[in-house]
Amino acid sequence: MSVVVYTESEGGKFKKIAQEAVSYAKGIADMMGTTVTAVAVNGNNTDELGNYGASKVLEVSDPKLDTFNAEAYADIVAQAAKEESAEVVVITSSANGKFMAPLVAVNLEAGYVPNVTELPKSTSPFTVKHSVYTNKAYSHTEIKTAVKVVGLAKNAYGVYENATSVEKSSFSPSINTGSVEVVSVDKATDKVTIADAEIVVSGGRGLKGPENWGLIEDLAEVLGAATACSKPVSDMGWRPHSEHVGQTGKPVASNLYIAIGISGAIQHLAGINASKVKVVINTDPEAPFFKAADYGIVGDAFEVVPQLTQKLKEFKAQNA
Amino acid sequence: MKILVCISHVPDTTSKINFTDGDTKFDTNGVQFVINPNDEFGLTRAMWFKEKQGASVHVANVGGPETEPTLRKALAIGADEAIRVNTTATDGYSVAKQLAQVIKDGNYDLVIGGRESIDYNGGMVPGMIAKLTDSNFVNNCIGLEIEGNDATAIREIDGGKETLKTSLPLVIGGQKGLVEESDLRIPNMRGIMQARSKPLHVKDPIEAQAETQTTQFEKPAPRGAVKLVDNVEDLINLLHNEAKVI
Ligand SMILES: Cc1cc2nc3c(=O)[nH]c(=O)nc-3n(C[C@H](O)[C@H](O)[C@H](O)COP(=O)(O)OP(=O)(O)OC[C@H]3O[C@@H](n4cnc5c(N)ncnc54)[C@H](O)[C@@H]3O)c2cc1C
Ligand SMILES: Nc1ncnc2c1ncn2[C@@H]1O[C@H](COP(=O)(O)O)[C@@H](O)[C@H]1O
Repeated sequence: MSVVVYTESEGGKFKKIAQEAVSYAKGIADMMGTTVTAVAVNGNNTDELGNYGASKVLEVSDPKLDTFNAEAYADIVAQAAKEESAEVVVITSSANGKFMAPLVAVNLEAGYVPNVTELPKSTSPFTVKHSVYTNKAYSHTEIKTAVKVVGLAKNAYGVYENATSVEKSSFSPSINTGSVEVVSVDKATDKVTIADAEIVVSGGRGLKGPENWGLIEDLAEVLGAATACSKPVSDMGWRPHSEHVGQTGKPVASNLYIAIGISGAIQHLAGINASKVKVVINTDPEAPFFKAADYGIVGDAFEVVPQLTQKLKEFKAQNA
Repeated sequence: MKILVCISHVPDTTSKINFTDGDTKFDTNGVQFVINPNDEFGLTRAMWFKEKQGASVHVANVGGPETEPTLRKALAIGADEAIRVNTTATDGYSVAKQLAQVIKDGNYDLVIGGRESIDYNGGMVPGMIAKLTDSNFVNNCIGLEIEGNDATAIREIDGGKETLKTSLPLVIGGQKGLVEESDLRIPNMRGIMQARSKPLHVKDPIEAQAETQTTQFEKPAPRGAVKLVDNVEDLINLLHNEAKVI
C-alpha cells in the first residue's frame, strides 16, 4: 500500500531531485495514511533517504546498471511497485525519469502525469496539478487507474527534512537490460549541467559572437552556474545544441536564471519560466524579457557583466 | 524499411494560451496549429531515410478532422501516406494504444515520435508505444543511422551525449539534432499539389479508455513588476538579501 519513489543517483550519490522526490512522496503518503518506500539503484548511503521521509529502501545493486538503462530501470521500479502493492509511484521529470516513466506506466497499467508541481488536491479522486503548454498554463488532472504514476517537476515542491528511521532491504528483481546498449558516453564531467544547476547563466544574440562567451563563462564560474543560450545562438553554431534552452530546447527550473542579451521571445520564456528568480541584462528597456523578470539592469552586457563578475568575486570572498 | 512518424497537432509556439467553458477547454480562437516541432525534426530525418535508403514514410495522428491540414502539410513535406485515427486525443496512454494498433496493422520497422508535444508536454506517447509494441526505445534522440536491421542512435543526456546500439523494430522520441534547424523544409508548390492526391486514411479508433482526465485548466498568476536597478552592487544585494538565491 506504500508510496514507491524512484531515487535518481549518479555515481552512487543521490541527486537533489531524489531528495525532493522522497519529500514529495512523504507528503502523499501522509495524505493517504501510509509510508514511503524508496527504490535505489546502485546508490551509496541509502540511509540518507530517511532524512526526507523514506521508511524503507529497496536497494538494488548490479554493475550492469551502472549506466542508465531505461528498460531495466523501469522494470525494476515496476517490480518494486508490485512487491509493495503501491498505489502511487513517484518518478522525477528529469530526462532519465521521463525516459523510464512511460514504460513503468504501461507495465503497471497505470495512468501517468508528468511535470506535477504540487501535492495532490485530493487522493480520492486522485487529482494533481501539472504544467502544460510548456509552462504557459497548468492543468488539474485526475488519474483514474488503480495505480498512479506521478512525474514530479524539478524544484517545484522543494526538499523537506523529515527524519524517519529506515529499514533497508536488499531487493533482487529480475534484471532485463533489453537490447539497447550504450557503446560510448561523451560527457563533460567538470561542468555543472543545466538539469542539475541551481543557477543558470544564459546568453543571447546580444553578445554578438562566440568569441565573447568568456563573459558568460566567467560569470557562471563565480556562481557555480551552468551556461545556456537562446535558440539562434545554437542554430548559428556559437554554442552547442545542448545549451539551447526554451520551448524547443532544454527546460530550465533553476533557483536563479540570468539572461544576458536575450530579448525574451515567448518561446524562450516558456522554457525557462519554471525558474524561481529571473534576472535580465539588456540594452533595450523595451525588451519583452523585462516583463517576465524579477530584477533587471538596462545596460550593455559588455560593461555590466564584467562588473557583476568582479563584484560577485568580492562578495563571495567576503561571504565565504 | 517502413517508417511511421507520429505527428502531434499543436498550437504554434507564438500562441497565447487561453481557456473557455469555465477553464475546461483550450480556446482555439485565433490559434494557428502546426506540426509539433520535435515531430518536424523527426519527419525531416525520415525524408532522409526515404531519399537515401528508399524507405517508405507514413505519418499518423490521433485526432479529429481538424488535424487534417497538419497531416497534409506532412504529406507536402514528402511523406507518402497519412493515417488519422478518428477520435479525440484525451490522454497519452489512450493515444499510445491507438498508435500501437496502427503500428501492428502496418508492420512498421521504425516509429519516430517527438521527445514531447509542446501542448500536453507528456513526453510519454513514444515510450508507451514502444512498450505496447514490444519495440526497442530511445528517447531524447539527436542522431539516428539505420543499416539493415541495426540502428545506431545518439541520445542527449545531462551534460553530454551517449551513443547506443540497438535494432529494429525501434521507437524513438526525437528532437532537434536529428536534423539541423536549417534542414527543415518548407513545403513547395509542387509538394503541396502532390499532397492533395496522396492517401489520407481515416481509421476508426479501437476501444481505449483514457486513464487520466483534465478537470480544470489554470493560468499562472500574474507576476509583479520587474525591479530595475542601475548598478551591480544593488543587484547582488537584492539577490542575496531579498531573493536569497546567492
Ligand atoms: C518554432 C519556434 C521555436 C522556438 N524555440 C525557441 C526556444 O526554444 N528557445 C529560444 O531561445 N528561442 C526559440 N525560438 C526563437 C525565438 O522566437 C527568438 O527568435 C529567440 O529567442 C531570440 O533570441 P535572442 O533573444 O538571443 O536574440 P534577439 O531577439 O536578437 O535579441 C537579442 C537581444 O540582445 C539585446 N542586446 C543587444 N546588444 C546588447 C548588449 N550589448 N548588451 C545587452 N543586451 C544587448 C537586444 O536588445 C535584444 O533584446 C523559437 C522560434 C520558433 C519559430
Ligand atoms: N494525438 C497524437 N497523434 C499522433 N502522435 C502523437 C499524438 N500525441 C502525441 N504524439 C506523439 O508523441 C510525441 C510525444 O507527445 P506527448 O507524449 O504528448 O508529449 C509527440 O511528439 C508525437 O510524436
